[in-house]
Amino acid sequence: MASPLSLEHDSKELTGWGRTAPSVSCYRAVREVADIQALIATAPRRGVLARGLGRSYGDAAQSGGAVVLDTSGLADFSLDAASGTVTAGAGASIDEILRTIVPAGFFVPVTPGTRMVTVGGAIAADVHGKNHHVDGTFGAHVLSLTLIDGNGALRTLRPSDADPSAFWATVGGMGLTGVITEATFDVIAMTSSRISVDTERARDLDDVMARMVARDDEYRYSVAWIDSVHASGRGVITRGDHAPVDTLPVKQRSKALDYDPGTLATAPKFVPSGLLNTMTVRAFNEAWYRKHPKSETGALQSIGAFFHPLDGVQEWNRIYGPRGFVQYQFVVPDGAADIVGRTLARLRAVGAPSFLTVLKRFGAANPAPLSFPQPGWTLAADIPAGIPGLADALDEIDVLVAGAGGRLYLAKDSRQSPAMFEQTYPRLAEWQTTRKSMDPNGTFTSDLGRRLGL
Amino acid sequence: MDALGAPQSVLVLGGGSEIALATIRALPRTRLSSIVLAGRPGASLDSAVEVLTTEGYEGVRALEFDAAATDTHAQIIDEIFDSGDVDLVILAFGVLTDQMAVEEDPNLAVEMATTNYTGAISAGLHVARRLRGQGHGALVVLSSVAGDRARRSNFVYGSTKAGLDAFAQGLGDALVGSGAHVLVVRPGMVRTRMTAGLPEAPMTTDPEQVAAAIVIGLRKGKSTIYAPGPLRFVMGAIKALPKPVFRRLPM
Repeated sequence: MASPLSLEHDSKELTGWGRTAPSVSCYRAVREVADIQALIATAPRRGVLARGLGRSYGDAAQSGGAVVLDTSGLADFSLDAASGTVTAGAGASIDEILRTIVPAGFFVPVTPGTRMVTVGGAIAADVHGKNHHVDGTFGAHVLSLTLIDGNGALRTLRPSDADPSAFWATVGGMGLTGVITEATFDVIAMTSSRISVDTERARDLDDVMARMVARDDEYRYSVAWIDSVHASGRGVITRGDHAPVDTLPVKQRSKALDYDPGTLATAPKFVPSGLLNTMTVRAFNEAWYRKHPKSETGALQSIGAFFHPLDGVQEWNRIYGPRGFVQYQFVVPDGAADIVGRTLARLRAVGAPSFLTVLKRFGAANPAPLSFPQPGWTLAADIPAGIPGLADALDEIDVLVAGAGGRLYLAKDSRQSPAMFEQTYPRLAEWQTTRKSMDPNGTFTSDLGRRLGL
Repeated sequence: MDALGAPQSVLVLGGGSEIALATIRALPRTRLSSIVLAGRPGASLDSAVEVLTTEGYEGVRALEFDAAATDTHAQIIDEIFDSGDVDLVILAFGVLTDQMAVEEDPNLAVEMATTNYTGAISAGLHVARRLRGQGHGALVVLSSVAGDRARRSNFVYGSTKAGLDAFAQGLGDALVGSGAHVLVVRPGMVRTRMTAGLPEAPMTTDPEQVAAAIVIGLRKGKSTIYAPGPLRFVMGAIKALPKPVFRRLPM
């Protein structure tokens, strides 16, 4: 049991980005490896967990009663332009890294829809981005990482190790194999900080999906936004690639690598429940759909506008009000593409107003036993947690997803059942064996781990 | 407890309680995989286990627990929490001994107080220690409107509930910031085995109605609820009555 002293003096209520199911932990800032080793050596029975910027939606980065490490002090990083790699502390954020490497002509290999994620978190959740169909996940670009295991030993893990099981158990391992302290990963060379974007409006869901199947391969980055409250499932497909400097207007070429992501506004602190309802979302979606041109090619967008539109509003998660929200994201194989439409219909039936509904095609999976992506379709929707009937609706969709050989993304999950998880991650036992060898005493814990029996 | 408020594990202290049983059945059940009913062995405990098992609940088990045997509480409660986190604890034990009987035999009054009050502060403090340790969880304490203002017809019982209620309010304050939460429930008269044969008071309710109020109270994060809800105003009025008037009320 945690010593009462630590819980009383550093206790902090933590939630995921969805602001549901809080728990209180002893939250400790760590600056160096020795700090972490000392905390692991004296770990309370409730365990230890590393936390980055808290952008996982559910309960992955919290552990009630445990010591939760604030890793933001492990934020040093350096770019090796010659080899095209970055070596970064686990607490360094993609935001900070981009501010340095973009002006030098480099980009991170994978960025999720927010740049406010740490390198440690990106590996632990094995995050993906708009280029998954081409480049795979973040973990696939990691050349080596250092991790403190359950015995307090500092280990270097590489995918090229004779036995890479510890490396791949850590990629997508949700922080439960140890505390990642540093990682080296490849970066992408580019000659401008603009993205050349093609936009297409598609009249219904079939149209969206057909267009993605037909031409996703021609683009490095691809994603579709779906109007989830419109019965047609119409959407807007945006696809693009880094714009070469010689395609920029002449006046912009001297500033080709300028990068200023900025922040526009902060969401208000207090928002009533129910601000986002079917009516307000319908109005937003209509405007959003109309705002996009029917068809446009080669528009130049900034990195921020193309990859991280939500980072324009700080703490946008507050707009869902005090009850918070759930983000539901699944992947299903190509053969089960109909589940996308059935899911949208089921969510409409329950009156779930999702305005951030995103559809994407995934490419090949990687060797990590708990990595989420696999070839097929992934749909993500965010839904206020207070919607009546939501729990049952999502349970019904879970059955469809599991039956089709799909699964849910652990970095987003906050409500699936342990049985659903076990059924859809068939390599769980293999991961557990590796984890047991890395953390024999079960030092690393999380609320997600306890909830799902990880 | 997941993001949509579905608990995975429930512990009832006073496992034969009809209100606790109704509360379990009113909770979202899709994630419920552990239900521990701790109480005195006997027909009511057996019947609660049987009802839940027949209805297909998983992980139901009964455990011997005597509220009055406070020296056993630490071990029993620790064993339950050691086998897994508990999302919801319902402190539901309590006895109602006839007022005339306790006035004639104060030993009976002491026994009632030992269960209803002493036992509750012991079990409540042990539960609070473990909830604090796990950093989350809710404790529902079944108090009673009888504790709001002691009445001639059952003031000994009322005084045990008044003590319990004050304890539970304070415990809730003590746990602020710990991730654990206390919900104090003040039902009026409820049709249960405990009140069988007693004349029905106005606003008498059923265990299912109290259970529904508890589930809503938990979801909203309330710290005190009455069941039925309007009793709050009735009791407010009753507490404000001058003593000579109150004494003459037929209750």
